[in-house]
Amino acid sequence: MSDAKRVIYLDNAATTRTRPEVVEAMLPFFTQYYGNPSSVYDLAGVSKKAVGDARQILADSIGAKPQEIYFTAGGSESDNWAIKAAAEAYQQKGRHIITSKVEHHAVLHTCQYLEKQGFEVTYLDVDEHGVVKLEELKKAIRPDTILISVMFANNEIGTMEPVKAIGQLAKENGILFHTDAVQAYAHVPIDVDAYHIDMLSASGHKLNGPKGIGFLYIRTGVKIRSFIHGGAQERKRRAGTENVPGIVGLGKAAQLAMATMEERAAKEKALRDYLIRRVLAEVPYTRLNGHPTDRLPNNANFAFQFIEGESLLIMLDMAGVCGSSGSACTSGSLDPSHVLLAIGLPHEIAHGSLRLTLSEETTREDINYVVGEIKRIVERLRSMSPLYEDFVKQGR
Amino acid sequence: MYSEKVMDHFQNPRNVGEIQDASGTGTVGNAKCGDIMRIYLDIDDDQIIRDVKFKTFGCGAAVATSSMATELVKGKSVQEAMQVTNKAVMEALDGLPPVKVHCSLLAEEAIHAALWDYAQKNHIQIEGLKPPKSDISEGEEEEEY
Repeated sequence: MSDAKRVIYLDNAATTRTRPEVVEAMLPFFTQYYGNPSSVYDLAGVSKKAVGDARQILADSIGAKPQEIYFTAGGSESDNWAIKAAAEAYQQKGRHIITSKVEHHAVLHTCQYLEKQGFEVTYLDVDEHGVVKLEELKKAIRPDTILISVMFANNEIGTMEPVKAIGQLAKENGILFHTDAVQAYAHVPIDVDAYHIDMLSASGHKLNGPKGIGFLYIRTGVKIRSFIHGGAQERKRRAGTENVPGIVGLGKAAQLAMATMEERAAKEKALRDYLIRRVLAEVPYTRLNGHPTDRLPNNANFAFQFIEGESLLIMLDMAGVCGSSGSACTSGSLDPSHVLLAIGLPHEIAHGSLRLTLSEETTREDINYVVGEIKRIVERLRSMSPLYEDFVKQGR
Repeated sequence: MYSEKVMDHFQNPRNVGEIQDASGTGTVGNAKCGDIMRIYLDIDDDQIIRDVKFKTFGCGAAVATSSMATELVKGKSVQEAMQVTNKAVMEALDGLPPVKVHCSLLAEEAIHAALWDYAQKNHIQIEGLKPPKSDISEGEEEEEY
């Protein structure tokens, strides 16, 4: 990719650009304040304080206490830890876990792993918009249910889950509630007490922070075993010398993201709605996936009939547009996205999906350009598609 | 992820389109797996493939293998076209990523399906040609855990 090529980055659900202020905050902790926070001398005191400050920022951002924040290497680790460790700690009470069919693979594959260890898992259905069915959840709860894990917002289709109601149900039934908030954290308001969340996963690089750092919130009183054994870091639950620059970067990113959340969300939502309106109006045989209104402010997810997503992505890339797709070809398997199948899309339509996720840097000009390219590319791919040919011949 | 040749055939696919009253047509793959290829052959009385067109629903590799397969059979006799294997298509494209090898199988199968249609219509036998499978799919996904 040459520097001269104009790139419109609309894949902010995959990862985000690290803010320059974040990088700047991190840098001194590589070369200047490189001390190990566990050491006693002054140099180490600076890194120790920085870790503490970051922990406080994260705690404040979700209405938690600093000692309830545990740094991890990111969202997948947080999900793995929460689910495996809770299963192990509470298996005397029961071996039943409830989750949904639209979770991230970090949750789904962890649950599948636990099934092989003898746990039982209920995978809740979702409605056509991807919303977990609360009635099904109520029916799924059993005396031996120990954990409910439902994501805050879906990474593919952006749908917000009824987290508050789920948390309430979990609380009433004395069940732990974990939420994967990797896509939602610092993008929409979250309060762990108001939502009755016992554990929450978040990741730095989804909010203009660095990669390789995230956290798991664990409510005080929740029994959970250590994830990494060793030193006394993270209250002995996750040993290993802290990723100090990463932690500082995550703290800074969270601070900036929380301060600008409302304004940023409003801006992204307005442009996102403009994108959705234009695509649906100007590209025939297209649908919007996910909830029409109750979705992450920056997420748009379309299904274009008669075409395949990877072809669309490559052509968009050649036009300088970065997006993603739930087609099988982009996942390395023959099945399209489990999320798109769970909301009831037929395979051939699910293969033609396109996710575009905006950032605060996205402009109206960007969207105008992208809509033009989508129209051109979809038309071209349809002209090559035997499915479209059949459709036209059958007289529409 | 793709070779330059694959990208070239994806961006500038050869022989895209339809042939009216084709001597043989074949459609393989299924929408479930995300790949469908359709090949149209125009074959003369000497059993030479005078023209070939394709339409494909699928990924970059599916389009590129269709395009290359049509190039490789164009102007050949039906017997020669039988030699155009998935390996030949892959080699002509300077290789494919492992997960895309099935696309080249699909291309071979699409050519064979069109030849089969031609053979059926004209009541002839083509040596080595078997009836097309209804569907091409790979083995089960690998276990991870």
